[in-house]
Amino acid sequence: MELAAELVGVTKRFGPVLANDGVDLAVARGEVHAVVGENGAGKSTLMSVLYGLHRPDSGHVLRAGQRIRLRSPADAIRHGLGMVHQRFRLFPDLTVAENVVIGAEPVTAGRLDRAAAHRAVTDLSDRYGLRADPSARVGTLPVGVRQRVEILRALHRRAEVLILDEPTAVLTPGEADRLFEVLRTVAATGVAILLVTHKLTEVLAASDRVTVLRQGRVTGRFTTAGTDADELVHAMIGRSLTPPAPRRLARPDGAPALGVQDLTVRDGDDVPRLTAVSFAVRPGEIVGIAGVAGSGQRELIDAVTGLRPPGESGRILLDGLPVRQGRDPRVAYVPEDRHGRATAPELSLAEDLLMGAQHRLARGRFGLPSAAVRARARDLSERFAISAASVDIPISALSGGNAQKAVLARELTRESRVIVVEEPSQGVDVGVRERVHALLIEARDRGTAVLLQSSELAELRELADRILVLFEGRLVAEFTPDATEARLGQAMTGVLP
Amino acid sequence: MNLLEFSFLSGVLTATAPVLLAALGGLICQVAGVFNIALEGQLLWGAFTAVVVSDLTGSAWAGVLGAVAATVLFSGLLSAASVAWRADPIVVAVGVTLLALGLTAFLMRQIFGSGGTYTSPDLAGLPTLAELGLDVPVLGPLVPLAAVLVAATAWRLGRTRSGLRVRGVGQHREAAEAAGLRAGAYRHGVVLVAGALCGLAGAQLALGNVTLFSECMSAGRGWIAVVAVMLSGVLPGRLLPACLLFGVAEAVGFRLQGAGLPQQAADAAPYVITLVALVLAAVAARRRAPEKGST
Repeated sequence: MELAAELVGVTKRFGPVLANDGVDLAVARGEVHAVVGENGAGKSTLMSVLYGLHRPDSGHVLRAGQRIRLRSPADAIRHGLGMVHQRFRLFPDLTVAENVVIGAEPVTAGRLDRAAAHRAVTDLSDRYGLRADPSARVGTLPVGVRQRVEILRALHRRAEVLILDEPTAVLTPGEADRLFEVLRTVAATGVAILLVTHKLTEVLAASDRVTVLRQGRVTGRFTTAGTDADELVHAMIGRSLTPPAPRRLARPDGAPALGVQDLTVRDGDDVPRLTAVSFAVRPGEIVGIAGVAGSGQRELIDAVTGLRPPGESGRILLDGLPVRQGRDPRVAYVPEDRHGRATAPELSLAEDLLMGAQHRLARGRFGLPSAAVRARARDLSERFAISAASVDIPISALSGGNAQKAVLARELTRESRVIVVEEPSQGVDVGVRERVHALLIEARDRGTAVLLQSSELAELRELADRILVLFEGRLVAEFTPDATEARLGQAMTGVLP
Repeated sequence: MNLLEFSFLSGVLTATAPVLLAALGGLICQVAGVFNIALEGQLLWGAFTAVVVSDLTGSAWAGVLGAVAATVLFSGLLSAASVAWRADPIVVAVGVTLLALGLTAFLMRQIFGSGGTYTSPDLAGLPTLAELGLDVPVLGPLVPLAAVLVAATAWRLGRTRSGLRVRGVGQHREAAEAAGLRAGAYRHGVVLVAGALCGLAGAQLALGNVTLFSECMSAGRGWIAVVAVMLSGVLPGRLLPACLLFGVAEAVGFRLQGAGLPQQAADAAPYVITLVALVLAAVAARRRAPEKGST
């Protein structure tokens, strides 16, 4: 086994946080090596050290057995390292070809050789099955293609170690499968691939070896063929997941708590984003919304929560009465954008938890006793297992998982009849995900109507009692939770079963 | 073509040149993602240093070179503040422009012994193209150079490696760094090149349009250049209409002064006309392309 790159004893601190603590990691030529761990386990920091974005406090990097100094990505690229970032580092107004060659451009007689740049892209595309039109502007392309452009760039730079940071977070299941095929082809040419992820199904499907990180340390090294999900989870969170309780079916009863009738929404350019959407959610059931990104989920949820007017046609009814514009208090809402829509970043945890419940603690017209506010926050933190140094720290300082628990604590204690949840476990680790799911099921069993939007099909199948599929703004199919991901995927892409 | 018409045309082009050169400097900064609104200060400094060097050496060409060199140096301050220290561009612009105003007024008294306006027989102005043996009366050599530089900049930005990199750095700094480009170096570079262009602009203003230096003689041309950049859609070719408009307005104002218009009104006319026209153009452009928004 010929080692392509090694991280040796890498330690990196950010203030009081020890992000990496003496981490050793070796990746061999031609292998797909998964790096897994919960959020905040130190995966991204480690990869940033390898790509020259962070300098380690101690430890060093070997490349093909030689110690190298990495002070910037430019150094890393020179040493044959390439990285596909989670948030793409692409130039939206440049073409695919320009994005691929920038930094290593073909030049003829003092000018940029566009024909050669196009050829370079086409050659690499053909070789690795990474389709992308060289003359298209990157800003106009779907995310799946943008990711290919990042991979093409690394290959154009002749990367021999390719790092991919959470590459499937933005892809549909079909696209993710294609990506793994491409990675196989690339690895077969002798490139070492580091695949950072927290999705275990991907690890098991796509990697040769696995390194697990927890709290900045390596807690396990496995060959993929010799391990399984349970063992990996144990290494990741230090305990096993409680096996899911046998699925209890919802017992929805009564009239719909949420009714959407013939909803049509057009955007600023008069393009329909939703067309004649009708459905109902009864108390005590979870209805899932599936669809590839941009199929109208945003518009639907904005309409249901009262954040946007229902449009020229259609009605949204809560217990038979029209939804109130501008955030109806009868609807609890857990947005996807955790530090944007979901929380008010300048507020403390205690203040954020209070939003929407201030009248319950108010004494008279102006009195809002801060002791009571903080006591309530401490109580909620305990009930919802929010780990924060104090309830007075800014909510924006919480990690993704803790912020999510705080938002759920705030919204679930509203005791609304309807709760709308977007991507509840995006960017949170398996432990938090388990907890979030339990809370949603609990709310359902108390008789809340839950509308759940998620891009993760496994999550929809686990939680939802019915799954509705949006395609180009229309509801095209309804499934029971035992539908296969393949069939859901077909409906999501307009290939109706 | 009679002489009157031709002299009007050359007056337009001469008045256009300094604004166009300064705007070109502002434009390349904009392309690289540096919001440079200190053009007024750079231009004034260029004009002053052109006059000082020309006066000392008796050579207008030495004045041009001196202005370019001195304004590049002066722009080092701007690039340190806005690129290296990432200071607020508006604060930097106000600082640099006030510094240029104060410093030129102060140094003028130190070097020439008086404030206000300085001119002298020792001060060599730029020759006209006719004096250089070309069959084009009145125009100075920096005027066609400005047009050539606009075309050259368009080519450089659009067709060369360094142009691609500058565009990349301007669009997305993190992406440029991830692609292994030294974004900071490119940004420092464009600010210094903008300094060279403003040096040329100042030399044309003080040694071409006239042959003198007076306090505050840039008189808002740098600000007009900033507006031209903002309305150009960052395309070099589109700087021409806005700058030409200013040139026409100034030449017309000059004529009207000859025809009895009060001087103050003639001085103000080009700015009023240019701003009104540019604002109308911007409004019209926005009407054509209504803002796109989802919510």
